[in-house]
Amino acid sequence: MEPLLEVKDLYVSFHTQAGVVKAVRGVNFTVNKGETLAIVGESGSGKSVTSKAIMQLLPDHSASYDSGKILFDGQNILEISDKKMESIRGSDIAMVFQDPMTALNPTMTIGKQVAESVMRHEKISKKAALQRAIEILDLVGIPEPATRVNQYPHQFSGGMRQRVVIAIAIACNPRLLIADEPTTALDVTIQAQILDLLKEIQRKTGTSIILITHDLGVVANMADKVAVMYAGKIVEEGTVEEVFEQSEHPYTWGLLKSIPNLEANEQLYSIPGTPPDLLSPPVGDAFAARNEFAMAIDYEVQPPMFAVSKTHTAATWLLHEKAPDLSTVIQSTERELERTKRRDRKDFAKTDSIIQVHKLKKHFHMSGNSYLKAVDGVSFDIRKGETLGLVGESGCGKSTTGRTIMRLYEPTGGEVYFNGKPIHGDLKKQDENRIRQKMQMIFQDPYASLDPRKKVIDSVAEGIDIHKLAASVKDRRDIVQNLLEIVGLNKGFMNRYPHEFSGGQRQRIGIARALAVNPDVIIADEPISALDVSIQAQVVNLLKDLQHEQDLTYLFIAHDISMVKYISDRIGVMYLGNLVELAPTDELSKEPLHPYTQALLSAVPTPNPKIERGRERIILTGDLPNPMNPPTGCRFRTRCPYAMEKCKETPIWKEAKPNHFVACHLIE
Amino acid sequence: MKKFLAVRIVNILVTLFVIATVTFFLMKLLPGSPFDEEKLAGLSDEDRMEFYARYGLDQPVAVQYAKYMGNLVKGDLGISYYYKGQQVESLISSRIGPSALLGAQAALLGVSIGLILGMIAAFRHNTMWDFFTMFIAVIGVAIPNFVFAALLQYYVGLKWGILPVAFWESYDSSILPTIALSMMVIALIARFMRNEMLEVLQQDYILTAKSKGLSQMNVIIRHTLRNSMIPIITILGPITVSLLTGSLVIENIFGVPGIGSLFVDSIKVNDYTTIMGLTLFYSAFYILTILVVDLLYGIVDPRIRLTGSKG
Repeated sequence: MEPLLEVKDLYVSFHTQAGVVKAVRGVNFTVNKGETLAIVGESGSGKSVTSKAIMQLLPDHSASYDSGKILFDGQNILEISDKKMESIRGSDIAMVFQDPMTALNPTMTIGKQVAESVMRHEKISKKAALQRAIEILDLVGIPEPATRVNQYPHQFSGGMRQRVVIAIAIACNPRLLIADEPTTALDVTIQAQILDLLKEIQRKTGTSIILITHDLGVVANMADKVAVMYAGKIVEEGTVEEVFEQSEHPYTWGLLKSIPNLEANEQLYSIPGTPPDLLSPPVGDAFAARNEFAMAIDYEVQPPMFAVSKTHTAATWLLHEKAPDLSTVIQSTERELERTKRRDRKDFAKTDSIIQVHKLKKHFHMSGNSYLKAVDGVSFDIRKGETLGLVGESGCGKSTTGRTIMRLYEPTGGEVYFNGKPIHGDLKKQDENRIRQKMQMIFQDPYASLDPRKKVIDSVAEGIDIHKLAASVKDRRDIVQNLLEIVGLNKGFMNRYPHEFSGGQRQRIGIARALAVNPDVIIADEPISALDVSIQAQVVNLLKDLQHEQDLTYLFIAHDISMVKYISDRIGVMYLGNLVELAPTDELSKEPLHPYTQALLSAVPTPNPKIERGRERIILTGDLPNPMNPPTGCRFRTRCPYAMEKCKETPIWKEAKPNHFVACHLIE
Repeated sequence: MKKFLAVRIVNILVTLFVIATVTFFLMKLLPGSPFDEEKLAGLSDEDRMEFYARYGLDQPVAVQYAKYMGNLVKGDLGISYYYKGQQVESLISSRIGPSALLGAQAALLGVSIGLILGMIAAFRHNTMWDFFTMFIAVIGVAIPNFVFAALLQYYVGLKWGILPVAFWESYDSSILPTIALSMMVIALIARFMRNEMLEVLQQDYILTAKSKGLSQMNVIIRHTLRNSMIPIITILGPITVSLLTGSLVIENIFGVPGIGSLFVDSIKVNDYTTIMGLTLFYSAFYILTILVVDLLYGIVDPRIRLTGSKG
């Protein structure tokens, strides 16, 4: 195969007020014509910087290309003039960005934004360019492109906007398409549509793709080759099979093991520690400090790229001929891990429920007479000691449900009982306080949910102060110290401020704050979605351990279905303000009854290239309907592949099998 | 759109009614008038009553109010207490010309120079250009415009004798007050524009535009300007009003016979009908400008366009 792009020994650094950040430190890779290379890594690994370097889109004033070459078609694009680069950008190399909500100019029509690229690179008239725009929009699956070209971005949904962004990128048939986290901001069913579209475009045009992502499932689905980046370097590269099945670098092992395995139920593996600070990168292997197999040499000398096969290379001293053979060590530790941590899913069918939710409704008043029915008649119970997962796409009402149970929102209708006692309607102040103490919340954004001007001790102790749980100042200190130790933080952190901590550490502080008042129930609203994969595993393990030790009940709200499946005993699936299915996790995974659940589960890519290659995916057509004006009857009927006449009636919530509830006319 | 306009116009009328009522009664509550007892001391009681009758002051306040409002609907603002026999509305219209000319020129000059300076500062961010422009902006805000006015009069008018120092004689007379008036506008707009452009240049869609291969110039013209202008329009409204309705100080310094100086004079002599008339005039003008700004918003920013369908 012919190489299209070769990056050779690229070094990029940023000049910031804090010093020089060495973001990319000697990166080498090749992309051949027509193939897809996935670059995987966590935030700060340098993967986005590398992709922007290829496009020459790094900010002029702070970024510097210290050395190396980027050969596109044999020509070093670091040396050509700005004018020449402009003519390559958009025509030969194009880019798809992460967030479709911000990647389009809000004051320019869609048609003009697509046509602009065509007009820049092909000398054709405005009218002809607009005609081309319509054709391209049609190609990327925008319905009625001829009328939609005159609309503005705010008139499009997130998934449709990402199609437009892709349309802009492919407008001039680029030979290389760089997609920087193209589906991270999208829901899974929309992600499945977009990945499908990218593959179809590649098949039709033969373009090469560089896919930047942190999601190993997406990699397994899309990539031919994979490069794993860590701390500004590629630590392992190979074909997708080689990297997933015969990985040689301990970081790749860690990444692959951090993903919850849907079948097994052992403790999630998590890479200890956090990535190094690239202001002063370590002398030796940057991963050494987090590597349980690190040797003395790892701390002193950077490992070279060792060739494992013709296509497979990895930078770890473990591949040196003098390194000890790890295969026996790894096997025994893994067995150890399995033995000690294996935990069976308990059967909660006969346990008493701690929270009962009956026909809960929360409607938000919008302008005029319109109401947003965020939660519209949801009934379920949470049993003592279990984890109930709540999944669904953005806008389905899962967060609102959690907040309404907590009474952060006043319910519009329905009933909520805590230990059999009603906690809806008018309550005495002291009763309300008691409930607030017994139910706590962990929030999504660890950066926004801690007061930046409060010391850790004061944030954690806020609930203790309100509910007067500490007898003295010393007592308060002791409680907080103990809590910090429980969540795995140094007790010396008590007197620090939130900005001194990483995202994972902050989320631990948030958990400590929730635990401070000895709650029975914790409502975790997307607690890990802002964290990197290896940190996610740490937090999820912590939550599971705490549940064990302190007998907690969780309502775990998330859109990441594999994580929900891992942590939950039962799962409820929401769609447009309704609960459509509720079942024990294993049963829901194996035999989902509702067509929406089936599609949702099918849309999640598995981090296994063999499975990904072989399977047929249910791809839902269209977008989520406008929640202001949802379809009558079964709300899923507009996207349901099995929709029939009867679906215009609202389906009844029924127990189809013991403990397996569903609302669908297909199930009698 | 029609419905929106209709609702807005009704709102405007109600607002004006409230303003008229409040100012009317405030004026009545104020002590002192041109016809105080001691000022009319030389007149006989009969003459005095006739005087009051001529201005309608012999009636109870409620009747006076009803009459004033009735006339107001017909566009009659009443007779000035000070300028003999002059209708207030004709007073205003005879004085609006110079103020409007000065204001329009200052707005045009100030906004265009301000925009250009702001753009330069944004594109040459953190360079000498940026510092220099922002230095000008700070001076423009910090130093009151009458100081500029005095400096301009002294150097350009007296020392170099290029332009007339004061009085309203020819078009040349308008140049110095225009420049003095525009300093503040330049400073305000330049600062705003710089910050907005820096903000917009950070946006993802600018990266998208660059990734299409557009040149720096095209990225600016096609993607940056319009989006930076949206917040500018907000401050454009108040600026235009304050300029077009005449500056009290600048008109006084340059001896411009505009409505700014009319306002000052009428306050000095307790000419209540003129004060009221001018207050209403300012209010109406201000409210209309806000309406225009809102309509402009819709043109520049499609997200708040009312005719567009939602979603």
